Amino acid sequence: MKVSERWLREWLEVEGDAVRIAEQLTMAGLEVDGVAPCAPPLAGVVVGRVLEVGQHPDADRLSLCQVDVGAAAPLQIVCGASNVRAGGAYPVATAGTRLPDGLKIKRGKLRGQVSEGMLCSAAELGLAENAAGLLDLPAEALPGTAVTELLGLDDTVIDIDLTPNRADCFSMLGVARDLAAINGVQLAEPEVPAVAPTEDESVGVVLDAGAACPVFASRVISGIDPNAVTPLWMTERLRRAGIKSLYPAVDVTNYVLLELGQPMHAYDRARLQGEFVVRWARPGETLELINTQTAELDSDVLVVADATGPLGMAGVMGGAASAVSAATIDIVLESAFFAPSAVAGRARRFGLHTDASLRFERGVDFSNQVRALERATQLLLDIAGGRPGPVHEQRMAAHLPPRPAVHLRRERLARVLGLELDDNTVAELLQRLGLEVVAVSDGWDVTPSAARFDIAIEEDLIEEVARLHGYGRVPAVAQPAPTQLAAATETRVAPAQLRATLASRGYLEVVTYSFVDPAEQELLLGAAPETRLANPLASDMAVMRRSLLPGLLAVLSANRKRQQERVRVFEYGVTFGHGADAATESVLLGGLVWGSALPEHWSGGAARPVDIFDIKSDLDALAQQSGFGNGLNYVKAEHAALRPGRTARVERDGAVLGWLGELHPRICRAIGLATAPVVFELDATGLREATPPRYRAVSRFPSVRRDLAVLVAEEVPASDLVDVARMQGGAVLRDVIVFDVYTGDAIEKGLKSVALGLILQETSSTLTEPEIDRVVHSVVTGFSERFNASIRE
Amino acid sequence: MGGMNAELKPLLDAALEKVAASRDLAALDAVRVDYLGKKGQLTQQLKSLGGLPAAERPAAGQAINAAKAELAAALAERKEMLEAAALAASLQADAVDVSLPGRGEPVGGLHPVTRTLQRIERIFAGAGFAVAEGPEIEDDFHNFTALNFPPDHPARAMHDTFFVADGRVLRTHTSPVQIRAIEARGVPIRVIAPGKVYRCDSDQTHTPMFHQVEGLVVDDGVSFAHLKAVMHEFVERFFERPVEMRFRPSYFPFTEPSAEMDILSEAGKWLEIGGCGMVHPNVLRSAGVDPERYTGYAFGMGVERLAMLRYGVDDLRVFFDNDLRFLRQFV
Repeated sequence: MKVSERWLREWLEVEGDAVRIAEQLTMAGLEVDGVAPCAPPLAGVVVGRVLEVGQHPDADRLSLCQVDVGAAAPLQIVCGASNVRAGGAYPVATAGTRLPDGLKIKRGKLRGQVSEGMLCSAAELGLAENAAGLLDLPAEALPGTAVTELLGLDDTVIDIDLTPNRADCFSMLGVARDLAAINGVQLAEPEVPAVAPTEDESVGVVLDAGAACPVFASRVISGIDPNAVTPLWMTERLRRAGIKSLYPAVDVTNYVLLELGQPMHAYDRARLQGEFVVRWARPGETLELINTQTAELDSDVLVVADATGPLGMAGVMGGAASAVSAATIDIVLESAFFAPSAVAGRARRFGLHTDASLRFERGVDFSNQVRALERATQLLLDIAGGRPGPVHEQRMAAHLPPRPAVHLRRERLARVLGLELDDNTVAELLQRLGLEVVAVSDGWDVTPSAARFDIAIEEDLIEEVARLHGYGRVPAVAQPAPTQLAAATETRVAPAQLRATLASRGYLEVVTYSFVDPAEQELLLGAAPETRLANPLASDMAVMRRSLLPGLLAVLSANRKRQQERVRVFEYGVTFGHGADAATESVLLGGLVWGSALPEHWSGGAARPVDIFDIKSDLDALAQQSGFGNGLNYVKAEHAALRPGRTARVERDGAVLGWLGELHPRICRAIGLATAPVVFELDATGLREATPPRYRAVSRFPSVRRDLAVLVAEEVPASDLVDVARMQGGAVLRDVIVFDVYTGDAIEKGLKSVALGLILQETSSTLTEPEIDRVVHSVVTGFSERFNASIRE
Repeated sequence: MGGMNAELKPLLDAALEKVAASRDLAALDAVRVDYLGKKGQLTQQLKSLGGLPAAERPAAGQAINAAKAELAAALAERKEMLEAAALAASLQADAVDVSLPGRGEPVGGLHPVTRTLQRIERIFAGAGFAVAEGPEIEDDFHNFTALNFPPDHPARAMHDTFFVADGRVLRTHTSPVQIRAIEARGVPIRVIAPGKVYRCDSDQTHTPMFHQVEGLVVDDGVSFAHLKAVMHEFVERFFERPVEMRFRPSYFPFTEPSAEMDILSEAGKWLEIGGCGMVHPNVLRSAGVDPERYTGYAFGMGVERLAMLRYGVDDLRVFFDNDLRFLRQFV
């Protein structure tokens, strides 16, 4: 809502400048977005009366004008506009003036003829987006008068960003009313005298939709002058509010909308058949709107119809067939109240956000229809003449929005705000807003005005009191906090701790969008049910991610383009599955590492690309956050996105936590990667489960180590050997270290040699050689029985 | 050395000269062997004592031993010196350029949004706020209706909502967690709810996904005055400086009275940091709480907004570009 400061000041007296008014409005809940002059500075632009128009001797399209600018002698000005005529008054930019677009006006010659200034259009003065010709000024304007003064351009426009509850402020009157209440001053509302009818013409109305339209007023005005032009003062006010001037019938309705907040509509009398009917649309009815869009109506769309069918979508937009045009002579003005519930959502459904729908869906003052109609009549008569018929108003009191008194308790007011106010202050603040206040024993009964749709409960009144009193005057009081000790749990690892572990191991955390490209997701993860957005911003953000992998790969691609040679990132976030009836959300921790295993370093060494074993230690470090005995198992597995043979399922205590592997070469090729990143994804919820440490006595006796080289089939996982060794070795076998894996010429093809170090220790005595041999023998037997392995001598 | 005979003196002098001339430990040892070894020249002198008259032997012997001792001391001293020199030489040879970079993986870091959220959580944890969570895909009830946004209410248009096919929405704010937290924990309650939210909007100052932190306190006698105090304390802890703050009336369907919170920047400009207000009675009722018995306040702040103000980031979109050069600035 754009508000002219000068206009406001016609209705009330406030101290200070526009910036102060803006500050007051903002601090009362009408947030001001901007305060700007209504026009660029136009020093040097004055009223000029054209005395003579002659043809430029050397240019067909130029005329040579003698212009009186109030100086001793007229100026000669070369002009290219076609609407220049002798006797007309136009703005003249005199020599030395700088126009808003930066053009400096100088005395000079145009095609050989002296030109001592420039006749200007509205666009050239920065008063319109575009203009067909010179700006016509009132003929009676005194030559030489500054245009700024003539048009009242020393005005400021205050742009208010209204919240949806404050429908009452969608007009000059509404803003002025609030500003008067804020300052505690009187508001001089405009007098709107009734206009006496000069003929009997009227159009009847049937209100058929009950509470959806309980008030409908209309008036016929016949014989308006189709050549009449909207006066400059009105187009200027409209312009300052951001409304384009068209022709008088439309401008007047827009002006009244702006002034009093009542949306109106003008019909061409000649195109109406019979009476108005306000009713719900019938399924299948269609309506061509004034924007030429054809709306398919339904039974929850309120229409104003006549005998032939819908004329317009009530409170949203009029129809093309009955619309006025610049040539209309007999018009019907409509000023109705459509209930918010009858309009809400319709504009959005049809994509028609209009000034009318904006106001009706939030609530329009239902006591204001006739006043607006009278106001519009008077304005139209003043501009375009015509013969007014009587005001025809249909009003169904029973269907008006109820305005029950709202009870405000003194005690509740103090309790909610934490502020004690004396009774007189409270009553006065509410009265200033035009609310009817009756003091009762424990507080007040307050009846909201017809303009206020946001006062239904006690809290609404508390807000009104607080906002006028000033939020700044509510004290800040520290609330005593309950004594509560910190949790410090050891059975759940904090997400922060998992993040810190990866960060300390060189990972940067990324945050990627939760919606991804469906094609890319399918390339990576295969087809599966997924959660699709009904209204995505773009086709590559159309489905919810099933994995963190698409986002991590996008981060890799983007950073390769930024010449990053090593990428080491992780993300901690939600992914979305798709169950039978509802999407399921999981919290995952995923990572991607690409490039050399270690940063480039002066001490040299081949830049070995990262492999899964580099990353296993990072995952093990994560698992170690969960406490003692929570080691991860890596089981050979397959995953659509990962390279077969270099992919592991990650498990802990038999439960699957996620996977780790190299990106599949097929995908690397598809996204142009020469070396594969290693990626992992773990279920954060599972990873966070933790066990506090459990003490075991440390042995005082020496440990011994026996090394074994086990010849075993290549496909046997080393972890299986370790598991069997542990099982066979029992408690004495404290640790098993894999210290070498060899395949090659020295051993039979299909076999590998795995070198294991067995660490043995007894808690109560020093191990003897026979005891050691017995354990080693048992391990070897296990290997041979389970894997058909032999010991390499 | 009065008793030294004419042969001994030049011998000792020559030996001492050779000691002084020795350039390394091997040469020095050769001198030692040459004079003090089993067949060394001074050792030979002792052996030749037998040829002297008995009366001269003690003095001569003493003189030879004195010479041996003097030479041994000179050898030891020279040895120590040569060893020190050798060590110095080897240290010099093995010296490294300590200014060269160290080895290993440099540390990584947290995303600035996480860093900001963690600070927010810590600050509120100090006042007993627990962390509550909720789903990112919400049903209409929790995202809107329970928060006093009836269907078709114009306030819904304030939220550019992403819908999923089954009619649910990507939550447009963290406020639904208010309802879920009360449902799960009952009242009195004191929680914050950090998380991702989504709006169908993308331009210079909007990203379709961003983060909010919601706060909710419902208890006996909770007032707007308490809300003001806690928010002011929060911003001063967060920015680690005294901050001038203002509350101005605004509108959210789920709070009444409602306020926007602005802080005064160091440049003297008011900057919006979030919304807050007293929990609307309808919201308490939606969550099964009697608004006559309890009152509450709620607040919501944009995490990126706070991070931008804190770290001087001037473009919202960089948070989701994941440019490593940006992320490394927060290591």
